[in-house]
Amino acid sequence: MQELLQNLLNGIAVGAIYALIALGYTMVYGILKLINFAHGDVFMLGAFVGYYAGRWAAAHANSGHPANYFIAGGIMLLSMAVCGVFGYLNERIAYRPLRNSPRIASLITAIGVSFLLEYGGQFVFGPDPKFFPTLTPKHIVHLGGIVTTNYQIIVLVVAVIFMGLLQYIIYGTKFGRAMRAVSYNFEIASLMGIPVDRVISTTFVIGSALAAVAGILFGLSYPKIEPLMGIMPGLKAFIAAVLGGIGNVPGAVVGGLTIGIVEAFVGGSQFSNFRDAIAFVILIAILLFRPSGLFGKYEAEKV
Amino acid sequence: MRKLGSLAVVVLLSLSLTGCPPKSESGTATNATANADNAAGGDILIGEYGSLTGNQATFGQSTHQGIIIAADEINAAGGVNGRKIKILTEDDQSKPEEAATAVSKLISQNSVVAILGEVASSASLAAAPICQSNKVPMITPSSTNPEVTKKGDYIFRMCFTDDYQGPAMADYTAKQLGTKTAAILTDVKNDYSVFLGRDFERRFTEDGGKIVAKASYSNGDSDFRAQLTSIKPSNPQILWVPGYYTDVGQIAQQARDLGITAPLVGGDGWVSPKLVEIGGKALEGCFYANHYSYDDPSPVVHNFVEKYKQRFGAKPDGMAALAYDAMYVLADSMKRAKKLDGPTLRDAIAATKGYQGVTGTINLGPDRNPIGKKLVIEEVKNGQLVVKGTIQQQQH
Amino acid sequence: MKRLPWYLRDAIYLALFVAILLAASWALNALRFPGIAYYNRIIVMIGINITLAVSLNIINGHAGQFSLGHAGFMAVGAYFSAFLTYFYFSPLVEKYPSAQGALLVVAVLAGGALAAVAGYLVGLPSLRLRGDYLAIVTLGFGEIIRVLILNIEKIGGARGFSGIPHWSNFFWVYFFAGITVLVSFRLVRSSVGRAFLAVREDQIAAEAMGINTTKYKVKAFVIGSFWAGVAGGLFAHYMMYLNPTMFMFLKSFDLVVMVVLGGLGSISGSIIAAVILTILPEGLRMAREVLHTDKDPRMIIYSITLIVLMLTRPQGIFGRRELWQVLAKRKDAVPKKERDDAAA
Repeated sequence: MQELLQNLLNGIAVGAIYALIALGYTMVYGILKLINFAHGDVFMLGAFVGYYAGRWAAAHANSGHPANYFIAGGIMLLSMAVCGVFGYLNERIAYRPLRNSPRIASLITAIGVSFLLEYGGQFVFGPDPKFFPTLTPKHIVHLGGIVTTNYQIIVLVVAVIFMGLLQYIIYGTKFGRAMRAVSYNFEIASLMGIPVDRVISTTFVIGSALAAVAGILFGLSYPKIEPLMGIMPGLKAFIAAVLGGIGNVPGAVVGGLTIGIVEAFVGGSQFSNFRDAIAFVILIAILLFRPSGLFGKYEAEKV
Repeated sequence: MRKLGSLAVVVLLSLSLTGCPPKSESGTATNATANADNAAGGDILIGEYGSLTGNQATFGQSTHQGIIIAADEINAAGGVNGRKIKILTEDDQSKPEEAATAVSKLISQNSVVAILGEVASSASLAAAPICQSNKVPMITPSSTNPEVTKKGDYIFRMCFTDDYQGPAMADYTAKQLGTKTAAILTDVKNDYSVFLGRDFERRFTEDGGKIVAKASYSNGDSDFRAQLTSIKPSNPQILWVPGYYTDVGQIAQQARDLGITAPLVGGDGWVSPKLVEIGGKALEGCFYANHYSYDDPSPVVHNFVEKYKQRFGAKPDGMAALAYDAMYVLADSMKRAKKLDGPTLRDAIAATKGYQGVTGTINLGPDRNPIGKKLVIEEVKNGQLVVKGTIQQQQH
Repeated sequence: MKRLPWYLRDAIYLALFVAILLAASWALNALRFPGIAYYNRIIVMIGINITLAVSLNIINGHAGQFSLGHAGFMAVGAYFSAFLTYFYFSPLVEKYPSAQGALLVVAVLAGGALAAVAGYLVGLPSLRLRGDYLAIVTLGFGEIIRVLILNIEKIGGARGFSGIPHWSNFFWVYFFAGITVLVSFRLVRSSVGRAFLAVREDQIAAEAMGINTTKYKVKAFVIGSFWAGVAGGLFAHYMMYLNPTMFMFLKSFDLVVMVVLGGLGSISGSIIAAVILTILPEGLRMAREVLHTDKDPRMIIYSITLIVLMLTRPQGIFGRRELWQVLAKRKDAVPKKERDDAAA
């Protein structure tokens, strides 16, 4: 029983990170019908910004070790800003010109941006793994029979806060209504006076900022970071978004948590060899049996 | 249907020609002449291939640095039979197919007389057949997979093999330390790890121990909690984690986070100057197999450690030590060989006996592996690496 | 003079091609200068990449299905043919040395056949999926195949499969490359090829016109993966060593870049792009030597090329046309004779 609960907790903590990344995928797909392949690498970028910022802070702090929540928060905001800017530039330079081209062109470009970030990262940061500085002190927490660290709790709390924030933005603000309108129908929304370009840019910025948060949380929990770290989490987050119904925001969260939990249970079982493949198996199963995902609607394709 | 017909016609036509096309790859004869030229005068060209970039970069860089220091020392002492050594290095980016291309280039375009490399057994396995078919001797400093030297009589090795390492550590923990229960956590993507896991398990149970839990992960994973959670309930006294240093540190951290206090034990994949930096306090009390200890008081080791520290600013790890020995053994063999062509050089290397290296006395046996190599067990104590014990390989 | 039926014409072209190959093969063997073995290696790799690019072009270019898992099919072909050779054919060759060529052909074709089966299994469920989803699923299948291979002990698993005899050489690699090109060429001009193009252009309209898009999409996968498997088999017998890390997504990406660069749908484009992108890494290696740097900018160059290409010239070098059409300054992809026939 304890093992079950422990696995569940581990799964939710990892799943929350996947969920934050999945939100970016699902929002961009909802609006542009584009799979932003490069999104996983924005997550990596966020982690690296956190790394360099953390080291700079450590070097400049008086006590030599700024294990302190405010600085950690500041680093997170910095990372969100940097990734947000990247998301904006990415959309303007690489995706906007191709909006009227066949979808394959955008897909290929997205793959190109992804590889550029990965190998550019290797070129600039060096391919060897780096170790994320300790931003806050680590404590071991005992909950009942389960052992965990305060890091996992921080991940959950921060993730929930941001998801809640996003939910509020999308359903509680005028801008959110504009976002939803654009995702229903691009052209009509622009006819209604909605500044479609601005909405799209903002969507990218928000998605990238969330990925940055995920990157920092990841760096905190799993201190080893390297330029190729975004590939697998990115793919799994995409699968999570599809699982929940791509375009559906709460679905992405549910998808992320589900994948995290399934991985935790598979990893702890005899089939741990196949942990990498299990996410893909889920994807194929979903696409075969329920392509619109758990919460998506079946859309008829108009001719 | 018609396409099938066309294909059939074509295949039949060509099968009739199967006798004709030349079967061998050109260049073998060329290499012999070019290498013989190289063998006659001027600088001696030696090729090195390694992972200078990529995932296992520290292995490749340590190896490279070990070779360079040795080569410079040899040249400063007058070179080999009056000729200077020149090392030509190619990066294989930790990829086996790049290793093959790198070695092919070194042999055919640069006409090297011998090849040094690699650390990762998969790269050595990809390159060995090329060295063998071109009759260029290859010495791998640190590939521990037994298969490597079986590729042919031109392939030699400086370090102990996995089928020695695994059982030796099992014996040590079971007999010397009296450990009764162990859990095994292996890297399924890495054959080195799987092999060591299996060998350890076999010997440990033979010695009367019990394997209480087994799990596996993939090289590059970040989260090991699921596997560690499945191991925890069985309360093993030690965890055998024969993986690479990049993962081991994290595994240790997460184990401690989950409340597992048993020490982790590993093989030479842990050898890296970054090990303690990554694992930190979580690695206290953990130990692993190494090829030498830089605290060894013998003059050969001391000299090497000091020179390396002076030049590269860090203490040399096991990979650097093995590479240093490999270069020296090669140079020593070249001095003994009358000529530097393939077969003569090979015979000279094979005859290496009693060479006092940094990693111990090197005697190459008939299977081209060293006999009687010393295995040094290092433990992490107060953030430093200290020697916990030594195991001497039995002479067969 | 009455024109010969197409299959006889093809047979003659092929015989000529084989003769040229034999001559080239003999010439290469006779050449003696430093580095020739290394250049030989590059030339052979070009041949293998041509086969791979042209086979991927059938799926991605002619049929318009975006497959990102081609390396998986190559892996299936490589491992299966290596398995056959290592366990069954090598011993036979000891007894009958002259059978080596024939056995190589059998092993390679068998690898291709199993890869075709894999292609069928991948193609079938993927039919209902749109472009982007198909891409991810094929990527997933590629990874699944790789993980499966990793876990099969008999063929080496993580240690890799070593000890494969060196039976591939310039002749065989280019022979099969030539056949792949020929098949692809004939295919796109056949009724099957027409169906592919229709599915590529507008799937719904094609379905409405009575074309069984399902059947043709699967067919494209099967044919493309067969030749990828053949290339894999030749690769295995050349490298003498196989490791699952050789067939990761990175390899599929390399092939996609080749096909896109050359122009999706252009066979000659794929060939030229394959040549360029095989030589490029080696050229960069020399550049790195000159510049005394360890960093490899190859992947960065690929990605920037891809992005810039998509933004400025998404159709690649040749678009959908072939080299000779470009040289003749023609704008369409239908051969002149057929256009004239249709107009008449």
